[in-house]
Amino acid sequence: MHSFDLDLNDISKIEGHTNMSVKVRDDKVTECHLEISEGKRFFKQAITGMSYDLVPSTMSRICGTCSAAHALCSVEAIENAYDVRVTKQTKILKNLLMNGGHLRDHAMHLYFFCLPDVFKKESVFDFKGELHKWVHDGLDVKDAGTFLSTVIGGRAVHPPFLAVGGFTSFPSKTMMKEAIAKLNQVRGKILDLAEVFYNYRVDFKRKTNYVALFNKDYNYVDGFIKTADGSVISEDRYADYLDRVVLPYSTADAFTWKGEDFVVGAVSRLNLNRDSLHKKTKKDCAKYLAKFPSDSVFDNNLAQAIECVQAVDNSVEYLEWLLKNIKKEKLAKVVPRDGIGVGVVEAPRGTLYYKLEMLKDGTVKKPELCIPTQQNIFHIEKDIAKYVEELLKKKANKEGISLKVEEMIRAYDPCMSCATHFLKIKWI
Amino acid sequence: MGKVKVGVYSFTCCEGCTIVFVEMLNKKFDEYVKKIDFVDFRALKPSKDIGNTDIAFVEGAISTYDQIDRLKEIRKKTKKLVAMGAAAMAGYPSDHRNRFDAAKLKEIMPIVKKLNQVDKVMPLKEYVKVDDEIPGCPIQEEVLIKKIDSYLKNA
Repeated sequence: MHSFDLDLNDISKIEGHTNMSVKVRDDKVTECHLEISEGKRFFKQAITGMSYDLVPSTMSRICGTCSAAHALCSVEAIENAYDVRVTKQTKILKNLLMNGGHLRDHAMHLYFFCLPDVFKKESVFDFKGELHKWVHDGLDVKDAGTFLSTVIGGRAVHPPFLAVGGFTSFPSKTMMKEAIAKLNQVRGKILDLAEVFYNYRVDFKRKTNYVALFNKDYNYVDGFIKTADGSVISEDRYADYLDRVVLPYSTADAFTWKGEDFVVGAVSRLNLNRDSLHKKTKKDCAKYLAKFPSDSVFDNNLAQAIECVQAVDNSVEYLEWLLKNIKKEKLAKVVPRDGIGVGVVEAPRGTLYYKLEMLKDGTVKKPELCIPTQQNIFHIEKDIAKYVEELLKKKANKEGISLKVEEMIRAYDPCMSCATHFLKIKWI
Repeated sequence: MGKVKVGVYSFTCCEGCTIVFVEMLNKKFDEYVKKIDFVDFRALKPSKDIGNTDIAFVEGAISTYDQIDRLKEIRKKTKKLVAMGAAAMAGYPSDHRNRFDAAKLKEIMPIVKKLNQVDKVMPLKEYVKVDDEIPGCPIQEEVLIKKIDSYLKNA
């Protein structure tokens, strides 16, 4: 019988530092806590009283990795609060901005964080010989995503062209053609990557609820919120289902969906919305898509690889439309009024909610945010508890358990720097 | 000539400058891995204790007492400390709390105290000597490459 404490220290990038602790007594997990403990930056207080036009560029600074998602989600909330109607072109540009972000972010996660686990290496710096292909594929796919974000948003991190009511600058045809070429160049490489994650099996399952935006074209901006238990609700009603739970061991709050743990992210999106993928993606990923719906968070990696193909196919189609139709548009007129607006987008790691109470004078009265990591906290805790007990039954040793738990946390794709090795095990 | 030892470190910020650093490698990976040994770079490899470096690129502002100690250790173990981006150089944007009105301060101060955060969010130079700065929020890729190339040339 084993008794020990696992301490995972210094998980940063989830609004600062995070620790994870697992207590095992007689082969049972008695406690499993994800503690978000410091690094609060008080963005909600910062935008309270702020003029609406400054909000997107401020909120994008919450996270460099997900900056487009934060900026766009706040734009959506403000546009809904002030009843701003945007053009078809703006909607397409918003979708392209999200596609670029997802492509770069997923590629970083899959090639640079997860492939070292698959190939049993410490890092991509150890990818020598025939493994070197994966470094270059990863760099090329990231580059295509970053280029797309730059063409559409002006920059991959904190996109300056996105504003309430539309975009302030527009891509040239030369740039768009170059983006199409880059996207087409990496498509085959992404399919190679999907094959790797398809073949890489991890024995773990836990049937739970999953939640994601549901729509007809697998976009990350519009739609209804759908759950595994069959509920389909409108974006503005999310607060009826999501409950904030204060964690005594953490300064960040967690969330439940109708009182239960649930998961958001690529695996949830594919579980719920895979019929809406681009037809080219569906055709070339048919073998991989047969794995969904999946009850394993480890399939989040394969799901992200499929989403990279989707980002390519969907973006190429949109860019071709823009090449024929793009024009310089003025921002939609904004008439501030008292009202509440909800913004919901699918950030790379899951559903992001903004609820902004706005005032007639153009300022924010009260902001509420719900970030994907907060929604996944309980799910991560319960998955790890189950996984550790299963590994103990299989007589795994402490090094084995620590590596496997790390790999599981990595599959959730917590932000950048926490994705490397951070486990310390204390055996009692 | 041996490789130049480089560390990339992060404090309170959005980590967008680290992303620019990583994206810069899309073009420069092969060239730089020949010339640079990335001693500490948590975004790309397992992090250990702070290693000895020739150049430390540091992003983020300082907002907790623990970070002050860690920053001082990085300073002690590096020959050149480079502040990367607006947070490291000027505390932006996390230093917005330094300018909160009384009502907002009343709301946040219990959390600030509980988390062992310092009263004011400060740039790196408040606590250690900074040898060079790369401005921007985030930094610009071309400027970063120019800086790295000049450091390598003079190393």
